Amino acid sequence: MSARADSPPLGWRGWLTTDTPRSRAQARLGRAWAGWTGFRRNRLAVAGLLIVVALVVVAALAPLLAPYHPYAQDLGNRLQPPSAAHWLGTDAFGRDILSRLIFGARLTLMIVALVAATAPLAGLVIGTVAGYLGGWVDTVLMRITDIALAFPKLILALAFVAALGPGIENAVIAIAITSWPPYARIARAETLTVRRADFISAARLQGASSLRIILGHIMPLCVASLIVRTTLDMAGVILTAAGLGFLGLGAQPPLPEWGAMIASGRQYVLEQWWVAAMPGLAIFIVSLGFNLLGDGLRDVLDPKGD
Amino acid sequence: MADDNAPLLEVANLRVSFPTRNGVTEAVRGVSFTLGREKLGIVGESGSGKSMTGRSILRLVPPPGRVTADRLAFRGEDLLTASPRRMRAIRGSGIAMVMQDPKYSLNPVMTVGHQIAEAYRVHSRAGAAEAKRRALEMLEAVRIRDPERVYDRYPHEVSGGMGQRIMIAMMLIPDPALLIADEPTSALDVTVQMQVLAILDDLCSQRGMGMVFVSHDLNLVASFCDRILIMYAGRVVESCRASELHAARHPYTRGLLDSLPRLDVPQGDLPVLTRDPAWLTDGAGGGVEG
Amino acid sequence: MANTAMIDIQDLRVAFGQGSDRVLAVDGVSLSVAEGESFGLVGESGSGKSTVLRAVSGLNDEWTGRIAVAGTDQTARRPKGFFKLCQMVFQDPYGSLHPRHTVDRILAEPIAIHGLRDADTRIDRVLRDVGLGPSFRFRYPHQLSGGQRQRVAIARALVLEPRVLLLDEPTSALDVSVQAEILNLLRRLRAEHGLTMVLVTHNLAVVANLCDRLAVMNRGRLVEEMTVDDLRHGAARQPYTLQLLRASQGYDRAAAESFRDYA
Repeated sequence: MSARADSPPLGWRGWLTTDTPRSRAQARLGRAWAGWTGFRRNRLAVAGLLIVVALVVVAALAPLLAPYHPYAQDLGNRLQPPSAAHWLGTDAFGRDILSRLIFGARLTLMIVALVAATAPLAGLVIGTVAGYLGGWVDTVLMRITDIALAFPKLILALAFVAALGPGIENAVIAIAITSWPPYARIARAETLTVRRADFISAARLQGASSLRIILGHIMPLCVASLIVRTTLDMAGVILTAAGLGFLGLGAQPPLPEWGAMIASGRQYVLEQWWVAAMPGLAIFIVSLGFNLLGDGLRDVLDPKGD
Repeated sequence: MADDNAPLLEVANLRVSFPTRNGVTEAVRGVSFTLGREKLGIVGESGSGKSMTGRSILRLVPPPGRVTADRLAFRGEDLLTASPRRMRAIRGSGIAMVMQDPKYSLNPVMTVGHQIAEAYRVHSRAGAAEAKRRALEMLEAVRIRDPERVYDRYPHEVSGGMGQRIMIAMMLIPDPALLIADEPTSALDVTVQMQVLAILDDLCSQRGMGMVFVSHDLNLVASFCDRILIMYAGRVVESCRASELHAARHPYTRGLLDSLPRLDVPQGDLPVLTRDPAWLTDGAGGGVEG
Repeated sequence: MANTAMIDIQDLRVAFGQGSDRVLAVDGVSLSVAEGESFGLVGESGSGKSTVLRAVSGLNDEWTGRIAVAGTDQTARRPKGFFKLCQMVFQDPYGSLHPRHTVDRILAEPIAIHGLRDADTRIDRVLRDVGLGPSFRFRYPHQLSGGQRQRVAIARALVLEPRVLLLDEPTSALDVSVQAEILNLLRRLRAEHGLTMVLVTHNLAVVANLCDRLAVMNRGRLVEEMTVDDLRHGAARQPYTLQLLRASQGYDRAAAESFRDYA
């Protein structure tokens, strides 16, 4: 193309945006910076990121932020509406809802982190191996995926929890086991679009093993869409965890899990609406945050944008 | 509206610009030319703005690109201010465009014959039978041996060369006065390329159609067109009669010609083009009269 | 330069598809390329020229016949050592480099696979060899022009110091001025490293520039073999070759009329 209107910026910005990086680290940081610059322009995505960061901060600093102990009962003050002493009111045992929500953020974050660390990873491995190797490996792995996909997710999770016993760890396992198949499908689809690419042929012609090609060449190209999908799925994971909690099969009392809190508030929903509405609002905001973040990441990470 | 005495196409100071993160990038920077009933070649390397010049005539520059010109007129009618409705009428019946890859330009779920007939009916309001008859005639005109059979084929069932002929048939059935061909034969084998060019050549001479032929292939343009514009970095750096291309004077044109490997004489290393920053600013700036 | 054959192909057949969809893409091709020779394989799309190259390179394992490289008969699966002997450069420099790998990573990978030492010196040397300085080492492909990418692809092929370089339309995706630079580079590398080259292309002028000898292919068959000198003097014997020659000399209304399909 023709002349650009301005000269390249100087200083650390210039160092990051240069077209001639002088070290591996500079190249990598420059790439990250370019991604951040793109991400920053999407205001809603930044809002989503802020919500997720806020969740992490609140979870980390819960003992400092919470005005009361999450389990401290005060039966004289049960079902109080929001006030100066209890900003979000109190529940049936007189516990401060705000404090419980703040501690509940830890549980939510743990569920999200555990699911995000297992299901997409399993899907990535299964999808890329099936897609790259093809043949009978592909057939076997994909039929297993199809079978797993055919089960209704919540029912399967219920069955797992029923078999393993209620509790938050089992809820996480149940969610992870039921949510990997879509990741495997995405990873396989991405793999199929790149496996015939010349750069994969070139790697084969250097004598690279299938393992090296899958790990070093194919997975990095699938990771982007999986991260996006994972982020978008996190809202669903939080809701499923809340649903299990609501049914009494997830976190057990007195754990301040948000879904369980809604469940315990449902009998007062008409008279003391805040008992159920506050955790509902928390779930809504955090889910929205993950969705907005996912949308923004999709624009930045899409490898076709290069 | 149309003025028969006006030149087919007048372009003066055409500019195409794209806003980017780092300011505005100008893909075309002040191109001017006038076209009569002739074959005008626009040659240049990738990024020279040759394709954008062709596209901007039909206002097909993808957003957020911006097209400005002192004058951009087809038979005296201003194309920049024409309504979208009027533009649709002009595209097709007045000016047609053929692009490089027929696979992307043909509808994959419609038989090729149906698409050609449809293109005819949009502009002529003819009946179905009449449209089919005309479509078959057109397929014959682009030298498809068995038009009846090809008529019922789907785009994926035809070869690249035949696909491009079908594309040309579809574009030319409304009898346009001007054809813009953007690398129409670059994806084709050389022998098929020659046959497709022969078809275009005949249609130009028989129907008195004008043609803008955008290509990167100097030899091809020199042997096929009447007149040539050589573009570099969004400007026309030189224009000449096609037959006189070998006598081109601009160092860029000379450099391009010299860097072509030759069949007739043994060569060692090829001369390499050194780009002079002055080419970005000097030169004719596009002031070329037909 | 010895007269032994670096590449020897006898009665090569490659078929795609099964049953009634079976297509013979290469139909009994035999040819031989001497050590240090630069050999052109010319034809139109579907002639099978790229398929021959992919079978030699080891990318395609569905073939029958005999392929010998450096005197060793090859089977469908190649030992790791084969790739140190024979490397390939692809047509599209935009598709042949991994979009998320830096030049450094692209060039370091073959060194790591073959367990070679001095990765840094090798990378610096090969980058200089293809006319890119060390300043290009940590760039991503999207920060390079088409010609620079093709140089990186050539560097990747050369980093293992092979004796045979297979080139699949290495310049047809590039502008003519860049094509000239790449052709000059390939000629210099061939002389400096004593490479044996097989160049697949549809462009007769490119073959004339870079090769000593060529074979013309059509519909999976070898039409004829000749020297580049013969090609220059129009001393082709087969009508198909003559037609190809005529078509590559620019547009000619009368010539276009005379073209026909050769089966």
